[in-house]
Amino acid sequence: MVGMWRDALLIARRDLTIELRSKVGIWQILPFGLMALFLFAFALGPQTELLRTAAPGLFWLAVLFSSILAAQRSLNIEGSAATREANRLLGLDPAGVFLGKAAAMAVELLVLEVVLLVGIMLLFHVTIASWLFVVPALVLPGLGLSAAGVLYGSLAGGASTRSTLLPILVLPVEAPVLIAASKSLSRGLGAVTPDAGRWLVVLAIFAVVYSVLGVALYGPLEES
Amino acid sequence: MMRTTLRKSIGPLAAVLVAVTAWLGLVVTPPDRDQGDYVRLVYLHPALAWVALYVAFGMSAVCSLLYLWKRTRSLRFDRLAASAVEVGVVYTLLTLLTGSIWGRPTWGVWWTWDARLTSTAVLAVLLLGYLALRRVPAEAHIRARRSAVFALLAAINVPIIHFSVIWWQTLHQGATVLNPNLSPMIHGLMAWTLLLSFVAFTLLFAWMVMVRYEIETRRVDEDEVGMAAAIADRQAEGIHS
Repeated sequence: MVGMWRDALLIARRDLTIELRSKVGIWQILPFGLMALFLFAFALGPQTELLRTAAPGLFWLAVLFSSILAAQRSLNIEGSAATREANRLLGLDPAGVFLGKAAAMAVELLVLEVVLLVGIMLLFHVTIASWLFVVPALVLPGLGLSAAGVLYGSLAGGASTRSTLLPILVLPVEAPVLIAASKSLSRGLGAVTPDAGRWLVVLAIFAVVYSVLGVALYGPLEES
Repeated sequence: MMRTTLRKSIGPLAAVLVAVTAWLGLVVTPPDRDQGDYVRLVYLHPALAWVALYVAFGMSAVCSLLYLWKRTRSLRFDRLAASAVEVGVVYTLLTLLTGSIWGRPTWGVWWTWDARLTSTAVLAVLLLGYLALRRVPAEAHIRARRSAVFALLAAINVPIIHFSVIWWQTLHQGATVLNPNLSPMIHGLMAWTLLLSFVAFTLLFAWMVMVRYEIETRRVDEDEVGMAAAIADRQAEGIHS
């Protein structure tokens, strides 16, 4: 168990270091998310009230689409046979590798979410009404999307098929996150949202379920 | 041999039961006081939904589990799971289509963002994802393992999707027969015809799965024979050259 967490920390640090050096997240995923916000605004028009109402949903759509890119990027690092061989030779626990990759992706998504939150505050004229809802509404979906993204990414096979297959596999599964995260964020941005607390519970359940499944299944899937 | 006999018996039986259901549903049973003749969709739509969401999904999950369990690991279970999903996709799309046709006169729209409709549409996309995953070129057991894991993940996701969209918003009516009070809100000939439709469409599903399984088994056999023939040809070329 200690080994799993140690390996997870090692892999998370490695993935984040690669991201910091390559800057793919900063130069490709982040601009994609921002561009998505602009395009949603173009599609809806400049009516402030409409944009304000739609802001939480559009925010999460932008994060959801960006998370697909982040998952593909994360698994491309692991994709080569040489990396897998090196992981095996180092005796890394596959469960630890999964947790490390999911944790690194969660950190990247959290950075993206903070930038996009500032984006919707500026572009869609929303203000934060309750940090108590905003913080878990950003952290919990990030954890769930990362765990599901890494798990389904490993399921989708090699890089040649993953780019087209991953969105089909993972987006329907992440539909509950989109609904729950939008509702929770709406509450945090001041909208009257009944049962906002229950939506946070859905997000927590999703994150826990997919983290546990990933720990159990990542090893056998990577072997194949 | 026994499988072929079973398939040949279930096919005609399913056809007869579907025909009897159609006759009872369209000719014998009365129209509804409120819905008129539109109520006749009750002998088609719920049965399709039952097979799509419970029988097909359940069968694919059980077969996937049996494949993943080392003691029962066999590509037969993989083929059965795939056959169940393929037929299940047809049933799911028909469920959405008949629901939409029924929704137009009763709700006034072809589609509404109702919990049940939305969750069924999401499940349909999940099933299509399963079929897309199976088309990725890979060795048979690798493909079987990935497909089995995806089928189980999809099955686990069913309650999450189900409850999340129920909390979201809903318009679809609750269960008519298997409601929490276990008190059927339908009676007489209509209830029996409804029950018959469930049996008929479940048997039709079973027959279609058997046929699909047989086709897939023959395709695999043919591939193996073709591979053996190709190897023999190459060897013969080597000898002659």
